[in-house]
Amino acid sequence: MVSIFIDGKTMSTAKADIITQLQRDILSLQGFKTVPNNVVQDVGLGAIKNAFPNASFPLGAIHEFIAAGAEDATATCGFVSGIIAALMRNSGALIWISASRNIFPPALQSFGIVPDKIIFIDLQKEKEILWAMEEALKCKGLAAVVGEMQELNFTASRRLQLAVEQSKVTGFILRRNSRSINTTACVTRWQITSVPSELAAGMPGVGFPRWKVELLKVRNGIPGKWEMEFSGGRFRHISTTVAIPWIQKKKTG
Amino acid sequence: MQKRFVSIWFRHLKTDWFIRRQPLLKNAPFVLASPDHGRMVITATNIAAETEGVYTGMVVADARVLISALQVFDDQPGLSQKLLTGIAEWCIRFSPAVAIDEPDGLILDVSGCAHLWRDEKKYLADIYKRIKQFGYDIKLAMADTIGAAWANARFGKASPVIETGQQTTALLSLPVAALRIDPLIRVRLEKLGLRQVRDLISIPRPSLRRRFGQHLLQRLDQAAGYEEEWITPVQPIEPYQERLPCLEPIVTATGIGIALQQLLDTLCRRLQQEGKGLRIATFKGYRLDGKIETIEIGTNRPSCNTKHLFKLLEIKIDSIEPALGIELFTLVASKVEDISITQENLWENNGGLDTIELSELLDRIEGKIGSNHIHRYVPDEHYWPERSFKLAGSISEKVQTSWKIVRPRPLQLLFKPQPIEVTAPIPDYPPMLFRYKGKLHKIIKADGPERIEQEWWLQEGQHRDYYVVEDEEGKRYWLFRSGHYDAAKTYQWFIHGFFA
Repeated sequence: MVSIFIDGKTMSTAKADIITQLQRDILSLQGFKTVPNNVVQDVGLGAIKNAFPNASFPLGAIHEFIAAGAEDATATCGFVSGIIAALMRNSGALIWISASRNIFPPALQSFGIVPDKIIFIDLQKEKEILWAMEEALKCKGLAAVVGEMQELNFTASRRLQLAVEQSKVTGFILRRNSRSINTTACVTRWQITSVPSELAAGMPGVGFPRWKVELLKVRNGIPGKWEMEFSGGRFRHISTTVAIPWIQKKKTG
Repeated sequence: MQKRFVSIWFRHLKTDWFIRRQPLLKNAPFVLASPDHGRMVITATNIAAETEGVYTGMVVADARVLISALQVFDDQPGLSQKLLTGIAEWCIRFSPAVAIDEPDGLILDVSGCAHLWRDEKKYLADIYKRIKQFGYDIKLAMADTIGAAWANARFGKASPVIETGQQTTALLSLPVAALRIDPLIRVRLEKLGLRQVRDLISIPRPSLRRRFGQHLLQRLDQAAGYEEEWITPVQPIEPYQERLPCLEPIVTATGIGIALQQLLDTLCRRLQQEGKGLRIATFKGYRLDGKIETIEIGTNRPSCNTKHLFKLLEIKIDSIEPALGIELFTLVASKVEDISITQENLWENNGGLDTIELSELLDRIEGKIGSNHIHRYVPDEHYWPERSFKLAGSISEKVQTSWKIVRPRPLQLLFKPQPIEVTAPIPDYPPMLFRYKGKLHKIIKADGPERIEQEWWLQEGQHRDYYVVEDEEGKRYWLFRSGHYDAAKTYQWFIHGFFA
């Protein structure tokens, strides 16, 4: 191997390259599948990015969000909309499946989503939602599929995961008032809660939406807690809480 | 191709139907009657009554003299039309063009159909046998013209099949009534001793026209084939239609699936060649017992993708009840549109709403769950929150106005504003406290008011003063007071949505 390093800077970049290569090898040994076309799309999550394998938000996978009440569900919708807006930038369509939908379409505009590009499918039964979600996830060319449901068992989540592995569509499951937080085949599990907004000192009124983002589980990554704000059409990182202890981290994945 | 027609004459259409419904009546004399000038006049008789000398047009009282045990039923207006339509639809298994011939017959355009039964005699025998099984007493005949077939069915004594070109010869020996002419003209002809068609043929045409009018000549020409005559089929022939007769009746879902696949293959091949795609398709199964099983699908955009259409129809195969078996399947594309042929993409495209995959997905969901579950919204020019968006008519509807957000709007909007209890300083400060679903929220930060007036030309009511508020937990709400503060306390506070 012939390589001449002229100065220290080149040397450090070469080292970094080797380290990323090694990290990738380790991940592939652990069974992590990379996106085949290698197009890493930045969804604008800023500091959270480092929690994911390869430091990129997993696309072509299922993400699970849990929320307790209507307020937290709205916060979750806001956070998800921010991510989806980035995915829809390449003129893809979004399918939103739910049983009791309260989304106010014009408001999605403020999260960067064009509301007329969304197709809402309103169903009554959880079973129908799962069926429609699976069918939608099999459909290539969609930017994302959002499904609002209460329960999601392991088998159902595996079916969804198998569907996205073929089509590379990203799925978001918003679980509201779930009775039990069971094991699922989703790559991540999030919990988003609203926190008081802050404006510049002395300014009256309500500020930009601000959330506590908890990444409870992430396959091959590092769970953590962050405080994020959505302003000016992008996520802004406010602060990071210490990551979850090593023991808990080991259990995930 | 030489045109061939079959005329079927139901001799006792209505009474046969009564016997079919009440088999006990089979050997008893009975008639159908309807009131006419204060009397009951017989409109239909069965064979048993006919042999005793009762005929149509007789008064019931007179008939009772002949047969004391005569049973009389009320005739229903429009009954024969209804029965004939049903039988005509059933007869589509023999020929796609079947017309009703009021009051008691059917005309089938069988050009190019009979060879499927190997020869015309066998074809007629099959029709006769099948209709006879239902209990109808019929006579039928086949000829090159409708007139000749009609005449031969009702008055012919020889073979029911008149060979091609022989219709004039066959007509000669028939009575003039066989020409489908006005009864008045028939009576006049008979008075003059012109009893058979052969007597008329020899008379010069101008003198016939002068004495009996153009109608008689027209009927003669139609019967002889000098003038063309058309029928109006009960079901207009669909241009995109495929038929699949089965050797053995099909009873299993697998069998139906195979039949469907075959029909779709041929139909889609044809559509593809013509650059068309179907929007609505109807798949029908003709059952042995005369019922027709139908399933229908619609697509969001014209499609000739066999695989996709098969999937859509396959979901509904369960709803077909084959009973004793299905002997004929038809597939009709009742709505067809031009397809815009696009080059296949080498790369996956994120083509927005206009992709084939998406419309096929929506078709599948519509087929399984129903179309009223799929919604898409476009903006509408209203400030009133509930009216600021409207349902799009179709997936391809273009947005007329842009989505405007001037003031903050909640991500989740309650379908109906919920009343809340509020502590608020007057005149127009945001509330300090509010109680929603039993929980007390202390408001820390607030924005507002934003007044939205009622659109009085659409709805009467009070204006709303909206406030964006944040409680001590950082949860954000959209509250409003409807109306002004006044002594009569007509105002009320509501919660209308949640901010992210």
